Amino acid sequence: MKTTRRNFIKISGAALGTATLAGATFDWVSGSALNKVSPSALQAIRTPTYCEVCFWKCAGWVTKNDDGDIWKVEGHNDDPHCNGRLCPRGTGGVGMYYDKDRLKHPLIRVEENGKQIFRKATWPEAFRVIGDKMRTIAEKHGPECVALFTHGSGGKFLGHLLKAYGSPHITAPSFAQCRGPREVAFYATYGEGVLSPERTDIRDTKCLVLIGSHLGENMHNGQVQEMSQAIDKGATIITVDPRFSTAASKSKHWLPIKPATDMALLLAWMNVLISEGWYDKEYVEKNTYGFDQLKAHVQPFTPEWAYGITTIEPKAIRDTAREMANASPAVIVHPGRHVTWYGDDTQRLRAVAILNALLGSWGRRGGFYNPERISIPDFPHPPYPKSKKSYLDALDGKYSLATEVISNGICEMTTPSPERDCNIKGWIVNGTNLIHTLPDQEATLKAIEALEMLVVIDTMPMEITGYADVVLPECTYLERYDAIRNSPHREPVLSLRMPAVKPKYNSKPGWWIAKQLGTEMGLEKYFPYKNIEEVLDWQLKQVGSSLEEMKKTGVKKFKREYDDLYFADSQEYEFNTNTGKIELYSTEMAAAGFDPLPQYTEHEQPPAGFYRLNYGRSPVHTFSRTANNPNLTDIMPENDLWVNPRVAKQWELKNGQYVWLKNQDGIVSDFSIKVRFTERIRWDSVYMVHGFGHGAKKLTRAFGKGASDTQMISNVKVDPVMGGTGMRSNFVTILLEKPNEKEVTS
Amino acid sequence: MRYAMAIDTKKCVGCSDCVIACQLENNVPVGYCREWVVESTNGTYPNLEMEFRSERCHHCANPPCVRCCPTGASHIEEGGVVLVTHEQCIGCGACIASCPYDARYPHPEGYVDKCTFCIHKVRKGEQPACVSVCPTQCLYFGDLDDPNSEVSKKIAIRKYKRLKTEAGTDPQLYFLI
Repeated sequence: MKTTRRNFIKISGAALGTATLAGATFDWVSGSALNKVSPSALQAIRTPTYCEVCFWKCAGWVTKNDDGDIWKVEGHNDDPHCNGRLCPRGTGGVGMYYDKDRLKHPLIRVEENGKQIFRKATWPEAFRVIGDKMRTIAEKHGPECVALFTHGSGGKFLGHLLKAYGSPHITAPSFAQCRGPREVAFYATYGEGVLSPERTDIRDTKCLVLIGSHLGENMHNGQVQEMSQAIDKGATIITVDPRFSTAASKSKHWLPIKPATDMALLLAWMNVLISEGWYDKEYVEKNTYGFDQLKAHVQPFTPEWAYGITTIEPKAIRDTAREMANASPAVIVHPGRHVTWYGDDTQRLRAVAILNALLGSWGRRGGFYNPERISIPDFPHPPYPKSKKSYLDALDGKYSLATEVISNGICEMTTPSPERDCNIKGWIVNGTNLIHTLPDQEATLKAIEALEMLVVIDTMPMEITGYADVVLPECTYLERYDAIRNSPHREPVLSLRMPAVKPKYNSKPGWWIAKQLGTEMGLEKYFPYKNIEEVLDWQLKQVGSSLEEMKKTGVKKFKREYDDLYFADSQEYEFNTNTGKIELYSTEMAAAGFDPLPQYTEHEQPPAGFYRLNYGRSPVHTFSRTANNPNLTDIMPENDLWVNPRVAKQWELKNGQYVWLKNQDGIVSDFSIKVRFTERIRWDSVYMVHGFGHGAKKLTRAFGKGASDTQMISNVKVDPVMGGTGMRSNFVTILLEKPNEKEVTS
Repeated sequence: MRYAMAIDTKKCVGCSDCVIACQLENNVPVGYCREWVVESTNGTYPNLEMEFRSERCHHCANPPCVRCCPTGASHIEEGGVVLVTHEQCIGCGACIASCPYDARYPHPEGYVDKCTFCIHKVRKGEQPACVSVCPTQCLYFGDLDDPNSEVSKKIAIRKYKRLKTEAGTDPQLYFLI
């Protein structure tokens, strides 16, 4: 391996010492399970938390065992996110706490005898190194040149630190790698986003349309629960997916669409609803802008036109449109969540938004409800300094409708280029393993190579930690306080996370790390409190509760104050758009130079011998962050490659055989992946669960297990509207033999 | 009293939450399980159907594992729940061999272990861990002798199947189809 300034360092070996026994995970109390399962005295003491395994953030209770250590986490009955039932990841969340591979001490990159290693450090030492680097960057380049990537609760406090320091560059992969196009499209149409948890009224819907959204495999708890309720009530489910997903198996209509042609189907559905007069005329008349333009626009997009593109028969398109219209307004054309697919994603989600408007489902029972949350003031602090520069200035007006900072834009701004004056020089990365999160790994690594400072704050020795100058071990959600969870829902609801136990090892909570770093950097006036309890208690008292109350109740619901859950028929509504109406024809998109009505764009199809790489979720894993969790890997230790038996026959594959993948750019997977024959996948695609194929050896359970879809995603289709990274135009072929041993980063 | 469980395959998404909740509730060591999920797909693309089944010990009314146990460790308790007294079990594995459902496993401590219907919770008036955790609420537990129990009500109105009834075990898991 070429020696660079930033060699990947294994968090292991001499620097840290102790080896971990592979597979040794829990020190269970064993013996007669039946007799010993119920801890007596301590069982009564339970502490509230909300889950951090995914971003649904279900509230729960932590129960301890007889040793006073964590036994289990169970859902909170009063929490609308989970209704007393956590999903498998939440139930297995205890594995995050018990994982022996956790980061245990602060680490500082040093060079010893020409070799870069991590030195175990004290917290003050680590803060000093970071403080010095951040001061230097602020003086030399300006504080805007430090960015924060965050995908965890600690990000709230670190974001506050960064704003106090003077940088607006706070970004999360949840926007440009996930739901960004959806939010931008719905803002353009309705003046409001779909939000999280999604405002879909699934429990009362009569017809649920899922487009590539695999609820049930994606265990966003409340939605899966409501889908089950809808099944109980006899709702019609329509699933559009090239793969026979779990949701497809629950559907009355499964439309096995040719990948990358969804837009054609959406336009054809609009065509049918309008030409047959099945749309909600009263609602459209009263609430929308641009119907005539839309009508003229979709006129050529007949089901017969779409058939040739999508391979969905015209009758099936008409039948499903009829089903939707029959259920209207209690129908949801679900906007999905991870929607960065082909680069025209905002336009596709605009089509979804328009379809819902035609069906009159926005603001209606069984469609989309009006969520509400209460307002909690920030703990008082001095105003933030004004930032002088934004990364957007340097992007020449690209991605002008982005509503959040684009992570890949920050990455682009970090990579040196002669055309730019301000490059980003420092990253703080919290709770997101960017190596497995951002597509185009080469670009990510190039950006990292150019950094003057990379600080990683995580609970696990993920790949990204290997590139850090300083690694700070955050304690898990079960060992810390965090900000109050304040979610928009049918009723406003708050939830408290408090530590069930003291942090293991020398790990610390995110709020403490931010406060200490702030103090180190002379920003202590922004942290005018002794501890987080003081902040939480003050905030809760502003809304009529207290920390003491929340410690007992865990969750608190509030009455709605503003509008009704659904629109009242008699009332006039003003939408937060330029025209005050639901914009079928988007004046905002038009003004920004984009198509005001969604157009069909043809996308690449795989060349001969290659298959479209589709990827998705497993109910027991959250991206790459759970890949080492002992409880969850016990259920699913690796991903497999779904291959249609016809394709398998051509390749003379055996079920269960391990193969390597090579993509259209010649990138070969670091690790092999197990073939799974299944009729559930088309012959032009393969499928794998995202988040596997870890190259960090210290992740003893995850290392080398399965293949990484992210590694295969080098063809990124960036959405010109908001900078989302379309990831589904990558094609792979199968290598039966292990390719020439190349150096694997580890 | 006759405890039984109904599993609604129309609602089950095969998420394995039941498996993990069971492992934690009953201190089942990682690497072992008392219950599991079966995905069964039929047909060829695109004419497919698929069923998920959350499976565990069937708590048979005529359990071969109890009959073949040489020490009496395997026995039937209140409500027909089939249990193993760990202290009496010598780990010979006869019960494992006799079970048509492969519902038992050798615990690393040297005894045979299996689903207990979480009888320790049921005795306190609670539901088994798998039932109370299931996000889709596709599991129903209760007393078949009580016509008002959840499980009795489901079985009365829904079509169901039981597995391997030809083995004469009279299994007490009812899969709603």
